[in-house]
Amino acid sequence: MAHATAHATAHAAEPGATTRAAGHEEGQQHPIKLYLVVWGWLFVLSTFSYLVDYFHLHGLLRWGLILLFMMLKAGLIVAFFMHMKWERLALTYAILLPPILVLVFVAIMASESHYTLFTRLNFFGAGPGG
Amino acid sequence: MAETALTQTGGTLARPEGWRGIAADWASDQRSFKTASWGKTMMWIFLLSDTFIFSCFLLSYMTVRSSTTVPWPNPSEVFSLHIGGQDIPLILIAIMTFVLISSSGTMAMAVNYGYRRDRFKTAVLMLVTAAFGATFVGMQAFEWTKLIMEGVRPWGNPWGAPQFGSTFFMITGFHGTHVSIGVIFLIIIARKVWRGDFDVEKKGFFTSRKGRYEIVEITGLYWHFVDLVWVFIFAFFYLW
Repeated sequence: MAHATAHATAHAAEPGATTRAAGHEEGQQHPIKLYLVVWGWLFVLSTFSYLVDYFHLHGLLRWGLILLFMMLKAGLIVAFFMHMKWERLALTYAILLPPILVLVFVAIMASESHYTLFTRLNFFGAGPGG
Repeated sequence: MAETALTQTGGTLARPEGWRGIAADWASDQRSFKTASWGKTMMWIFLLSDTFIFSCFLLSYMTVRSSTTVPWPNPSEVFSLHIGGQDIPLILIAIMTFVLISSSGTMAMAVNYGYRRDRFKTAVLMLVTAAFGATFVGMQAFEWTKLIMEGVRPWGNPWGAPQFGSTFFMITGFHGTHVSIGVIFLIIIARKVWRGDFDVEKKGFFTSRKGRYEIVEITGLYWHFVDLVWVFIFAFFYLW
């Protein structure tokens, strides 16, 4: 397994690599238990978000809980399953900042759809097919 | 000569952390992503672009749903199943969510065993992941069939705003396509793992580069992303 160029992967090739603590090296090695714990949490959080619907929660509480559980699940998947927690910040920010800017687009389209609704209600009435 | 030696061990030298680290990595005149290989970086950038595609779908869904004057069909009722004499809301979607999360769990473990060079466990776990994925697509096909039988079309449905059908088929259809492609991707890589391609560094047919176990992690990135997108679809389309 001796290849001079891929010095970083050589860590993974070593037999003793399995016991190595989580670090910044390539060839992610973490205890299986970590994945099982994350898996368990994802199950719990999914159950919670299902129960939000099952118990017919309404209003701000419903939306708040849905968003909370969604963000927690997304965070767990990206941080642990996709190993973002162990990447260098240069990559983390390059990948995670652009999607956050989508929120600007969300604001624009929310404003636009409110305007569309306003015109529909005012000029076409509230009837079906309006 | 001393400088040459320095360049070769550059990867093992301690690099600054935090904002200083970001500035140093991006300004280093070499590669910006010090710990990610080109393959992993390219997969991340692809996933970023895919994020924008799904963002646009969910955004258009938000726009049509909040601008319609006709009531939106209640997803809780639309997606309920009649089991044991009573309607259980969203039960199929809940099961699909658990199936996809389980597939992510087995995938994460496959990546781990891949780096430990345990060919057998890696291949088996990847095939289990693919089986979960195929189950998910099967359940989605069942869901589509049920809704189409009930009269849901991209241009209308029996319960309310006609945009419900078009956004539903577009968003879940695109996600289902991603899952299906992921299943194929998983099976191809699992076969290579099983065959021992990455132990002998057999060259890939497409890139002609040496095969490495890192491809298992890259496949995993794609698979976890599919799970990630489902988290958002589940929250915004089914629960909202």
